[in-house]
Amino acid sequence: MSARPLLSVEDLRVDFATPKGVVEAVRGVSFDVGREKLGVVGESGSGKSVTGRAILGLVRPPGKIRARRIEFDGIDLLSTDRRTLNQIRGGRISMVMQDPKFSLNPVITVGKQIAEAYRLHGDAGRKAAKRRALDMLAAVRIRDPERVYNAYPHEVSGGMGQRIMIAMMLSPDPDLLIADEPTSALDVTVQMQVLAILDDLVTQRGMGLIFISHDLNLVASFCDRVLIMYAGRIMEVCDAKRLNEARHPYTRGLLNCLPRIDEPGGNLPVLNRDPAWVDQRL
Amino acid sequence: MDDRTGTKAAGACWRLSPPPFAVKFANLVFTLALTFIGLTAVTFIIGRVMPADPVLAIVGDRAPKEVYEAVRLQLGLDKSLLQQYWIYVSSVLHGDFGRSIMTTQPVLDDMIRFFPATFELASVATILGILFGLPMGVLAAVRQGRLTDHIVRVVGLLGYSVPIFWLGMVALLIFYARLDWLPGPGRIEVYYDGIVDPVSGFILLDSALQGEWEVFRNALSHIVLPASMLATYALAYIARMTRSFMLDQLSQEYVITARVKGLSEIAVIWRHAFRNVLIQLITIIGLTYASLLEGSVLTETVFAWPGIGQYITNSLFNADMNAVIGGTVVVGISFVGINMLSDVLYRIVDPRARV
Amino acid sequence: MSENVAGASWKGRGLRAWLLVDSPESLFHARCQRLYLSWRAFSANPIAMTGLLIIVALVLAAIFAPLITGGNGTEQVLGDRLLPPGAAHWLGTDELGRDIYQRIVWGSRITLYIVGLVAIIVVPIGMVIGTVAGYVGGWVDNVLMRFTDIFLAFPRLILALAFVSALGPGIENAVLAIALTTWSPYARLTRAETITIRNSEYIMAARLQGASRLRILYGHVVPLCVSSVVIRLTLDMAGVILTAAGLGFLGLGAQPPLPEWGAMISTGRQFLLDQWWVATIPGIAIFTVSLGFNLLGDGLRDVLDPKSEGRA
Repeated sequence: MSARPLLSVEDLRVDFATPKGVVEAVRGVSFDVGREKLGVVGESGSGKSVTGRAILGLVRPPGKIRARRIEFDGIDLLSTDRRTLNQIRGGRISMVMQDPKFSLNPVITVGKQIAEAYRLHGDAGRKAAKRRALDMLAAVRIRDPERVYNAYPHEVSGGMGQRIMIAMMLSPDPDLLIADEPTSALDVTVQMQVLAILDDLVTQRGMGLIFISHDLNLVASFCDRVLIMYAGRIMEVCDAKRLNEARHPYTRGLLNCLPRIDEPGGNLPVLNRDPAWVDQRL
Repeated sequence: MDDRTGTKAAGACWRLSPPPFAVKFANLVFTLALTFIGLTAVTFIIGRVMPADPVLAIVGDRAPKEVYEAVRLQLGLDKSLLQQYWIYVSSVLHGDFGRSIMTTQPVLDDMIRFFPATFELASVATILGILFGLPMGVLAAVRQGRLTDHIVRVVGLLGYSVPIFWLGMVALLIFYARLDWLPGPGRIEVYYDGIVDPVSGFILLDSALQGEWEVFRNALSHIVLPASMLATYALAYIARMTRSFMLDQLSQEYVITARVKGLSEIAVIWRHAFRNVLIQLITIIGLTYASLLEGSVLTETVFAWPGIGQYITNSLFNADMNAVIGGTVVVGISFVGINMLSDVLYRIVDPRARV
Repeated sequence: MSENVAGASWKGRGLRAWLLVDSPESLFHARCQRLYLSWRAFSANPIAMTGLLIIVALVLAAIFAPLITGGNGTEQVLGDRLLPPGAAHWLGTDELGRDIYQRIVWGSRITLYIVGLVAIIVVPIGMVIGTVAGYVGGWVDNVLMRFTDIFLAFPRLILALAFVSALGPGIENAVLAIALTTWSPYARLTRAETITIRNSEYIMAARLQGASRLRILYGHVVPLCVSSVVIRLTLDMAGVILTAAGLGFLGLGAQPPLPEWGAMISTGRQFLLDQWWVATIPGIAIFTVSLGFNLLGDGLRDVLDPKSEGRA
C-alpha cells in the first residue's frame, strides 16, 4: 500500500430505527483501502452491503450513519456539502450493484444511461458522450456496441446487463469502485467472464476496488486482501493468499464449511456460532 | 440466458405464429367488440325488455288499437328477441338512436349538439386535476412521512369523498349568491351565445382562436366553478396514484444507481423516477377523464350546463327512453373508448410492453 | 430456536403477555395473536382510527335511531317550516317542518342498507367467478374474464340511471344497478390472488392428501383472498355511497318520505339561498360517511397489505 490510502473508514456505525427497536447494522467498522482489491466477506445480515452504501452516504432514513471519520483523498465524506458529494459520487467513487434487471432504469436506453454518467463529470457534449459510451461498451467486451447502445435494459441478458453497469460506472474514470455482490445474480459460467472484465479494467486503471460478497472462495481468488464481517463488525483482516492461515474461529468455520473436491470428507461441518463473537472487537 | 446474441433467445424451435403485435391488436379489437355487444345488450334489455310496455310509453294510455298496433309493428316488437336485438345493434352502428320525444330531433343530432359542452368541462377539469394533483403527488412521495405528505394524503382523501353535486351547490351558494365573485349556472351569458362560430365545439377554444376575448372571459368565468368541482375529484385521484407510483419507484434499485452516478436529487426524481411514473399515469389519466365524463351528469344538473349529462337526466324525467338509452350507449362507448385508448398509448410508450 | 423472546413462559403474566409470546401454542392462540398485532398496528394509525370511529358511529346511529331521536323524521309540522338549527331542532327543519336531525339519523339506516345490500351481492358473485376462473384456468378462465371485462367497462352512474329509468325508482333497483357495475373488480382481484396461490406448495400438498378441488378452493384459497377483498370493499363503499346519493339527488333512489340523504339535498335545493341548512347538512352527512369508509379502507390496507405499507 502506498503512502496515503484512498479511503479511510474509522469506527463506522449504521443504525436503523424500526418499530421493534434500533437495529445496529454496522457496529464500529474501521479499515483502509488503497489502490488494491479489498474483499469484504460476510453472511446475510453481516452489514457488508450497508457498509458499502454508507461510504457513499446512500443509507436513507430511518438509517443513520455515524463515524469518527470517512475520508476519501483528504475529503471528509461525512461533513462535505451536497455538491461535493455529488461530484465524488460517480466521478471519484462509483458502485456496481447486484442485479442489472433492477439497477438500470427500465425506460431509458442503456446507452443514454451510460452517456449520462459520463456527462455528469465532465463537460462532454452529446456526441462525445455517445462515443465514450460506445468505447466503454467495447471495453467490457460487448460485441455490437451500437445495437446495445440503443437497447433497453430488459432486452439484454444478465451478464450483459452487468457489463453495461460496469461500463456505466467506470466511464467517468473513478478512483475507487465499490462492487456490491456484482456476480451473485449471474449464472456461474457468466460470473467468471464478468469478474475477468472487472479485474482487467480495475488493474488497467490502477483503481481501488471494494468487492463485497458472501462467497469466500470467489473473494479469495480475486482480491488482494480480505475483510471478514460478522454481525456488523470485522472479525478478521488478512491477505487473500494467506487465507487458510486465518486464525479467527469464524473465518476458520467458514473455510471449513466450503466443500472441497479433493478431500473426500465425511459430513460437511456446520458453523458453530459463538455468541461471544457478537461482542468481539478486532 | 443466451449471452452470445445478448438477447433472450426463445430457443431453437420454430413456430408458425403471427407477429405478436398483430395478435395484441386483434385481441384489443375483439375485447372492444365484446364490450360493445355487452353494452348494447344491457341497454337493449333496459330499453326494450324491461319497461312494462314500451309501446304504451310512446302512444299513451288512450290510443286507439290501430295506432297501438302500428307503433308495435314499427318498433319491431312482433319479431323474436334476438332479431330485435340485431336490428337495434345495426341501427346503433348506423348512429340511429331513434328520435327524442322531448326535442323531436334524432337523438344522434341532439348528442352531437350537447357532447362538446361535456367534453369541454371534462377536459378543463382533467387538466386542472393534472396541473395540481401531479406535483402534489410527487411532493408527497418525496417527503414521505413528513407534514407535506400527510397534508396531501388528507386533501386527497377529502377530495375523493366529497359528493360533487353537493359541493357544487355549496360553491354556488358561496361564490355566486353570497360573494358574487362568479356568475351563476349556465355555460355562457345568453348575451354572448352564438357570437362565436362553433368550430371545435369548445367555446374556450373557439373564442380564443377567433379573438373574441369578451366571450372567452365570460365562458371562462362560467366554467371555473363546475370544472373546479370535477377537478377536486380528479386532483384527489391523480395525487393519490402519483404518490403511490412515485413511492414505488423511489424504492427501486435504479434510483440508487442514479444517485451513485452523482445526480442531484431533483434530477433523480424527475429524470428517472418520474419517467416511470408517467407511463403508469397514462392509464390513470384515461380513467380520470372517463370518470369525469360520467361524473359530469350530476355537475351539469347543478350548474345547468347544457351537456350530455343534463340531456340524459332531462330525458329521464320526461320518460324519453330513446334519448336515455342513446345517451347511455354513447357515454358508455366513450368510456370504453377512452380506457382502450389509454391502454394502447401505454403499450406504445412503455418500452417493456412493446414486443 | 424454541426460546420465546418474551420469556420462556407467559403463565402468570396476564393476557398481554399471552398475546405477545413468540411461539403460539395452538391455532386459536396464533389467530388471537395475529388479530392483536393487526389491531396494534391499526390503532397506531390516527387516520384509520378516525375512519373506524365514523363508521362505528354510523352503525350505532342506525341501530339506536329510535333511542336517540324523538320521532322518525316523518312528522310534518307545517307551522315550523324551515327553522334554522337551534335548541328545539338541533339541525333545523326542512320545508315540511320535519326535524332534520331526526331525518339524518334515520337516513343512516338507509345508507347502511344500501351499502350492506351491495356488499352482499357483489362479494360472493365476484369471488366465486374470480376463484373459479383463476383456479380452473383455460378457456373457462378466458370466457369468465371476458364477461368480467365487459362489466368492468361500464360507467356506473349512467348505467344506474338507465336501469332505474326502466325499472322505476326505488332503493332496490338502485342497489341492483350499482351492484351490476361494482362486482367486476372483485372477480379480477380474486382471480389474480388465486393464480398466485394455486401454484404454491401447500396447495399441492393439500391435493396430494386427497382434498377435492372444491375443498381446496373454499377451504384454502378463499380465506387468503379475504383481506384484499375486504380492503377493496371498504374503499368501494365510499364510492357506492356517493353514487347512491347521486341517484337520490336525481330522485331515483329511495322515494319520499324516506329520509334518504341525497333526496334531502335535492328537495332542499330550492331553499338553498336563505335556508342553506336544509340542503347542506345532508351533504355533510354523506361526505362524512364516505370519508369514513375511505379512511378505514386506507388504514386497513396499511395493516393488511404489507406491500403497500406507507403508500397511497
